[in-house]
Amino acid sequence: MAATVPEQITRLQVTFKIARFIPETDEEPHYEEYTVEALPTDRVLTVLQKIKDEVDGTLTFRRSCAHGICGSDAMRINGRNRLACKTLIKDLNIKKPVVVEAIKGLPLEKDLVVDMEPFFQAYRDVMPFLISEGHDPTKERLQTIEDRAVFDDTTKCILCACCTTSCPVFWSDGQYFGPQAIVGAHRFIFDSRDAGTDVRLDILNSKEGVWRCRTTFNCTDACPRGIEVTKAIQEVKRALMFRRD
Amino acid sequence: MSAPALNAPKTARSGGRTNYEMWSWIFMRVSGIVLVFLVLGHLLIMNVLDGGVQRINFAFVAGRWSSPFWQVWDLLQLWLAMIHGANGLRTIINDYSERDQTRFWLKAALMVATVFTIALGTLVIFTFDPNIS
Repeated sequence: MAATVPEQITRLQVTFKIARFIPETDEEPHYEEYTVEALPTDRVLTVLQKIKDEVDGTLTFRRSCAHGICGSDAMRINGRNRLACKTLIKDLNIKKPVVVEAIKGLPLEKDLVVDMEPFFQAYRDVMPFLISEGHDPTKERLQTIEDRAVFDDTTKCILCACCTTSCPVFWSDGQYFGPQAIVGAHRFIFDSRDAGTDVRLDILNSKEGVWRCRTTFNCTDACPRGIEVTKAIQEVKRALMFRRD
Repeated sequence: MSAPALNAPKTARSGGRTNYEMWSWIFMRVSGIVLVFLVLGHLLIMNVLDGGVQRINFAFVAGRWSSPFWQVWDLLQLWLAMIHGANGLRTIINDYSERDQTRFWLKAALMVATVFTIALGTLVIFTFDPNIS
């Protein structure tokens, strides 16, 4: 790969300051610095992989597709929740070390890997699947373009947890469903083909539901898919206020 | 490899549907808007208009509370501000107290303080005696 890089492209020395945590030996996470060569067009994930391959093989992080669609490599990069595979070196200030930490609010397992189970459980709790009524149709369940547009934004979610782990309410109260679960519910609540709206609204009307949202917009800022998360949460609040019993 | 077992969703609750959190959320918005006018009006009347804070004495307060209008104004202001503030603190306690015991006692203390202040204030507004020696 290096042979194809034109002369004029600058090679940079970038320093990563990574929060390391090895559960067998560490009480608390500590920072370690690694300096490697990188291109401005490299992604943070590429640099992490390079550190793991060439400097310290014990560095642990999660990755799968590396193209911003599987949602595996959410992490805190310079204090912001982002996907490592969608963050380019040239968009970061490399005069200072780039700080990379695990996402907050979920149990830390090792280095940059957290236990995602509480996050997935909240998603399961809103029943993110089509609930139908009566006989199943013998053909597709059709809907109009307008009906589809209502929930288009929330279909984009990749369950990376950037939003939920940027939410200060989720940090202090782990029982809160969190932005992602509400996005997941929104996708079905506003789907004209779905018959489970009332059940989902009831779930999100509970003590740990949408009313815990303080509209800090951290989730909207964090979403790597550009979903207007806070807006979706507000739409669920409005649906609750104006629903007919 | 099998799919993770699905726990029962959080619907199985005893009792009927409650809208407690929704109404407390709506109350915060509505009382907030009303309080903006009540409190700013109160501050304007008491501190700026007609000689401002210098003219406030026992007789001035006695004169105001002889009118049902100001009684209602002050009563509304007291109740809305106290419940608005207490509900906000309740949310903060829910956020930051980690143990059930801590949460219970903090809320109990908040409840006692709120009820006491509202009761005392209401009592004074309605039983105020301008001829007290």
